[in-house]
Amino acid sequence: MLEIKNLQVSINNKQIIKGLNLTIKPGELHAVMGPNGSGKSTLANVLSGKNGYEISGELNFNGKSLKKIPTEERAQRGIFLAFQYPLEIPGVNTNNFLKTSLNSIRKAKGEKEIDAISFLKLVKEKTSELGIDETILSRQLNVGFSGGEKKKNEILQMKILDPNLSILDETDSGLDIDALRIIAKGINSSRNKKKSFLVITHYQRLLDYIKPDFVHVLSDGKIVKTGCSELAEELEKTGYKKLN
Amino acid sequence: MKYQELEKTKEYKYGFTTDIESVKAPKGLNKDIIRFISKIKKEPEWMLNWRLKAYARLKSVKEPNWQKPKYPKINYQDLYYYSAPKSVKNKPKNINEVDPKLIETYAKLGIPLKEQEKLSGIAVDAVFDSVSVATTFKKKLTEKGIIFCPISEAIQKHSDLVKKYLGSVIPITDHYFATLNSAVFTDGSFVYVPEGVRCPMELSTYFRINASQTGQFERTLIIADKGSYVSYLEGCTAPMRDENQLHAANVELVAFDDAEIKYSTVQNWYPGDKDGKGGIYNFVTKRGACRGKNSKISWTQVETGSAITWKYPSCILQGDNSVGEFYSIAITNNHQKADTGTKMIHLGKNTKSKIISKGISAGHADNTYRGLVDISKNASKARNYTQCDSLLMGNRCGAHTVPYIKNKNSSAIVEHEATTSKINEDQLYYCNQRGLDQEEAVSLIINGFCKEVLQQLPMEFAVEAQKLVDISLEGSVG
Repeated sequence: MLEIKNLQVSINNKQIIKGLNLTIKPGELHAVMGPNGSGKSTLANVLSGKNGYEISGELNFNGKSLKKIPTEERAQRGIFLAFQYPLEIPGVNTNNFLKTSLNSIRKAKGEKEIDAISFLKLVKEKTSELGIDETILSRQLNVGFSGGEKKKNEILQMKILDPNLSILDETDSGLDIDALRIIAKGINSSRNKKKSFLVITHYQRLLDYIKPDFVHVLSDGKIVKTGCSELAEELEKTGYKKLN
Repeated sequence: MKYQELEKTKEYKYGFTTDIESVKAPKGLNKDIIRFISKIKKEPEWMLNWRLKAYARLKSVKEPNWQKPKYPKINYQDLYYYSAPKSVKNKPKNINEVDPKLIETYAKLGIPLKEQEKLSGIAVDAVFDSVSVATTFKKKLTEKGIIFCPISEAIQKHSDLVKKYLGSVIPITDHYFATLNSAVFTDGSFVYVPEGVRCPMELSTYFRINASQTGQFERTLIIADKGSYVSYLEGCTAPMRDENQLHAANVELVAFDDAEIKYSTVQNWYPGDKDGKGGIYNFVTKRGACRGKNSKISWTQVETGSAITWKYPSCILQGDNSVGEFYSIAITNNHQKADTGTKMIHLGKNTKSKIISKGISAGHADNTYRGLVDISKNASKARNYTQCDSLLMGNRCGAHTVPYIKNKNSSAIVEHEATTSKINEDQLYYCNQRGLDQEEAVSLIINGFCKEVLQQLPMEFAVEAQKLVDISLEGSVG
C-alpha cells in the first residue's frame, strides 16, 4: 500500500528526514516511536502532502508516486491524517464539515453524494460504536473543544471517512485512560485485511490496547530499529538513548 | 503555500444590459429637471416644493470628504437624473401587462416575478432604473391593511403619510448626498404596516441600474405602527459599465411602540473590473428611528459589490427599551473599497444596541469599519456590544477599524471587541487533508467567519448571499 524509499526531507534548508525506508502492506499496523525532534510529525505531514517541504526519494501509494499529488487528492485517494493539533474553524459546524468532507471524497471516487438522512444515520452509528457524545457534532469545528474531545473528533472523522491508510500523529498524547480506550477502539474496530495504519506515538501506553504488527524506532531522521510489539515494551523500560 | 494575487477575473454574472427604449430627462441638474421629474410622476405641489428646497440647499453644501476611499470628482451636470423604460409610460395595471423584456431581465437576476408571486411568498417591488414596474402580492397585503407600493405611487395616494414621515429621519439638510437624493429621487419603496399587524411575508425590492450614465436615487420609507412587524429585503445589481455610476439612495425607517423592522440588504452592484475600472459608487444613507418604547430596528447587510461602498445604516434609539442591531458582511476584492459601519444613537433609557461587523479583504482592496456608539446623558443603563472582525486574504489588501464611542451616562455599558486575522494556512491544510480543495476550503472558512451575520438573513436570501460570498472571492487564494 505504502512504499517509502530513501526519503529525504528538508525544511528551510534543514534536513529532518535522512534516508527513511518503510513499506506498509494492506492490513498492517505500524507504530513509529521516537524521541522529540526525530522527524515523526514531519513524516506524517509529508505523507499527507503539507506544503513547504523539499522532498527527494520515493513515495508511492498503491503503486503510484504521491510526490506531485496535492493534499486533497491524497485524502480523496484514501490517506487520512489524525492531527496532533486539530485546527479550530470558527463558525463551521462539525457535522457540516464532516459531511462536506465525506462528499468531496465520495465525489472524487465517482460515488453519489450522501444525503442528509443517511449521513445522520452513519454518524449516529459511529458515535455510539465509539461511545462519543453526539453533541460535539453540533458544535463549531474543534472550537472550545478539550484536548480529549479534539482527538476523539479526529477518530470519529477517521471512522466516517473510512480511509485505506490512517496516519495517527500522536493521537494518544495528553489523553486520559477513557479517551485512550476510545481511540484504541476506533483503531481496532477499523482493522481488516484492506486497511493500514501508521501510528506515531511517544509512549507504549496506546500499544497496550492496539497490537502493532511492526514497531519502528525513528531517530535523527532514520529508522534505527524495527521489531514487533515487544520492542515497544523494551523501549518503555530503557528509553531511546540506548539505541543511539 | 503562497498566497497569490488573483489573475483570474471573476465574472460578473449580472453584467448584461437590457435593450429597452428608455425615456430620459436631459442630462444635468437644475430646477427644470426637478420640475420634469416631479411632473412626470404627477406629484402634488408640496412634493415639488420639498424637492426644490433640497435643491436650493444643495448649492450651499459640499460633498463630505472624511471617508477613507477617495474618488474622482463627480460631474453632477453630466448625469441623467431620470430614466424610465418607455413602455412604462402607460403604467401596467398588473403583472401580466409588464413588458416581457423586463420580466426576462428579472428572470436573469433570479427573480422571475410571475413565478415568484406564486411560489416564493415574497412580495417584490421591482425598481428598474427609476420607475417601479410591478408590485406583486398586492391583494394579500391590502387585506391586512399593509401598504407596499412604489414611493411615487404613495406620494399620490397616501400623501398625508408620506408628507408626515418623509425626511423625518434623514432631513433634507443632512449631508450632500442625502440632500441630492431629496432633490432628485425618482423611485423606491413605501411600506406602511398598521397597528398590531404582523406582515405575513417578506417584502422585497430588487434594484437594478440599467441605462448608462444614470444615477440611481431611490428613496425608501418604511413605517411600522404600534406593535407591528415587517421584514424587508433589498437586492441590488447593475450591468457592467466602464464609467462609474453613482448610486445615492436614502432609506428611512420609523418604528413606533413595540414595533419591529428588519431590513436586509444584499448588495452586488458592479464592482468594476479587476484593474479597478468602472463600477458603482454606492453612497447610501440609511437610518432608522426607534421612536416608540420597546421598538426594534435591525439592519443586516451583505455588501459584495460596488467600486466604493460608503454607508452607515444607523439607529436612533429614542424610545425607552428600544433595540438597534447592525449585522454586516463587507467583502472587497481586486480594487474595491468599502468604508462602512453604523451609528447607534442612544437617547432613551435601557436602550440596547448590538453591532456585528465582518470585513473581508482580498486582492488590492481596502476595507474600513467605521462606527459610532453615542450614549446621551439621559440614556441611563444603555448597553452596547460591538464586535468587529476583519479577515485579510493575501498581503496587498487592507483592513481598518475606526470605532467612535461617546458616552455621557455613567450607568451605560459599552463593549468593543475587534480582531484582525489572515486566513490561516494550517486551517486550509486541515480542510485539504479532509478532501476539500482550496476553493471549497476557503469558502468553508469564510462562511464560518460570516456565519453570525448570514444567519440573520431570511432563508431565501441566506443561500443566495452565501453563494455571492463565494463568487466574490473566487480565485483570491492561490
